[in-house]
Amino acid sequence: MKDLIEIRWHGRGGQGAKTASLLLADAAFNTGKYIQGFPEYGPERMGAPITAYNRISTTPIRVHSNIYEPDYVVVIDDTLLTAVDVTAGLKADGAIIINTTKPIEEIAPLLKGYSGSVYTIDAKKVSEEALGKYFPNTPMLAAVVKVTEIMPDDDFIKDMEGSFKHKFAKKPEVIDGNMKAISMALQEVKKIQ
Amino acid sequence: MSIRERLSGNEATAFAMKQINPDVVAAFPITPSTEIPQYFSSYVDNGQVDTEFVAVESEHSAMSACIGAEAAGARAMTATSANGLEYMWEMIQIASSSRLPIVMALVDRAISGPLNIHCDHTDAMAVKDSGWIMLFSETNQEAYDNMIMAHRIAENKDVMLPLMVCQDGFITSHAIENIELLEDEKVKEFVGTYKPEHYLLNKNEPIAIGPMDLQPFLMEHKRQQYQAMENARKVIADVAIDFEKMTGRKYDFFEGYQLEDAEYVAVCMNSTAGTVKNVVDNLRANGIKAGLLKVRVFRPFPGELIARALDGKKAVAVLDRVPLLNGTGGPLFEDVVSSMFVENVRVNTINYSYGVGGRDVTEEQIHKVFEDLQNLNDMKDTYRFLGLKG
Repeated sequence: MKDLIEIRWHGRGGQGAKTASLLLADAAFNTGKYIQGFPEYGPERMGAPITAYNRISTTPIRVHSNIYEPDYVVVIDDTLLTAVDVTAGLKADGAIIINTTKPIEEIAPLLKGYSGSVYTIDAKKVSEEALGKYFPNTPMLAAVVKVTEIMPDDDFIKDMEGSFKHKFAKKPEVIDGNMKAISMALQEVKKIQ
Repeated sequence: MSIRERLSGNEATAFAMKQINPDVVAAFPITPSTEIPQYFSSYVDNGQVDTEFVAVESEHSAMSACIGAEAAGARAMTATSANGLEYMWEMIQIASSSRLPIVMALVDRAISGPLNIHCDHTDAMAVKDSGWIMLFSETNQEAYDNMIMAHRIAENKDVMLPLMVCQDGFITSHAIENIELLEDEKVKEFVGTYKPEHYLLNKNEPIAIGPMDLQPFLMEHKRQQYQAMENARKVIADVAIDFEKMTGRKYDFFEGYQLEDAEYVAVCMNSTAGTVKNVVDNLRANGIKAGLLKVRVFRPFPGELIARALDGKKAVAVLDRVPLLNGTGGPLFEDVVSSMFVENVRVNTINYSYGVGGRDVTEEQIHKVFEDLQNLNDMKDTYRFLGLKG
């Protein structure tokens, strides 16, 4: 991992982009890093495009502004590819991670000539198989950890188990499903460019 | 050993309040207040504090209930933001003139209108001359630390003034960042127990609080309030020394970053200071002597110290996170330049309105400030706007 990585999340209100960015911050924090996790609050409503951010650093983070030149972009909903300029400022040596079933031929024209790596994952399939419901944020979180190599898979799995036990203390029945979604997503994410 | 954690500014503040365990917290539980009363109320619910939590129907009542509690002899706290603080305005003055050391967490956000819920400092600036001590915080850590120091300052018998700890709405209040927390026992010992000299529930000393005060003595009482604010300077410094002994974290009236030998200085408060530090490092790497002066103690204003620190600089930019609506400068600018005048310090100083209504403050904008300072050949454009479109 580089000394500082900056991540921008694009999702729609209700898909859990904010929660995913906070969980990623948690996971990175647990590996001893300095972290920031913050959403860009706007006029949120269900379905509206929203943005969230992460900084993960080996040294204290002082800057307090949004991220304009991210190392990684995460797109939780592929309908955003035509609605939002998701590759704006994205570094060429970084990557974009998209929740989609579409092949590169359909995705590439929507990325405005982005020359860096493109990863995709079918988070819907993963989520529905593992949880029986469509919550894309957990598989996307796993995909981000895999691609960014913030921490080894095993450490991440162990860490998330702890986080979920805490987060879902009142509904433990969803812990196994979320853990399954993570294991599946770590395998499912693939590089298509 | 301190506890390594990651918390939002709101969580950090609520956690400090839990450790302080005040007698009374009175707060309006929904917007425009913050998550702070919400988090704190869960500590009440879980029995982690023995505070009397009063969920009032308005911010006016929140401050009124704090005044009542504090006058009775209790330690009272509240939290608010933006229009909530505006709604308290009448009682804000009652609190300070009654010399009640209430401590408030203020999450700085824009005041409507038009309706905007994002960060700027218009809420705090609307009460800047109300007789409250005002501490500003760059990070969640500083918001937490300032809160731990607050009661020792406010409740000092030479001070007895209310105090607010300010932090930036959303930017630090809702962002998760690393923080070092103190153990409960250490906080408890540091903050101590509140033992008021005079209070309503003392049956041995019947007193009136907040009576009519007309021509014969109001000026004398206001002079005493002035003195209390003056006395706060030493107490703030003393408490910071004790805090540093406990934590190793040093707090002063302001923080200078690469300030001593700087030729060009940006003056600001709260979260933007961190962004300025990055830009200062960048400029220094290119041989430009840039520096930062971050004001922590805004009330009482450390004018003399600031004027001296700026003496001999080539140019200074004061960044006010408010719109400029008064035909003259922003509040921080006015205080800085009038202090310089009084101290006979003459440095070309310009004023920026920036970050209003949550407009993102970028390193690029701060670079522009230092670029402007290096090209400041005349003082034609004293009042400027940073990051304005078009």
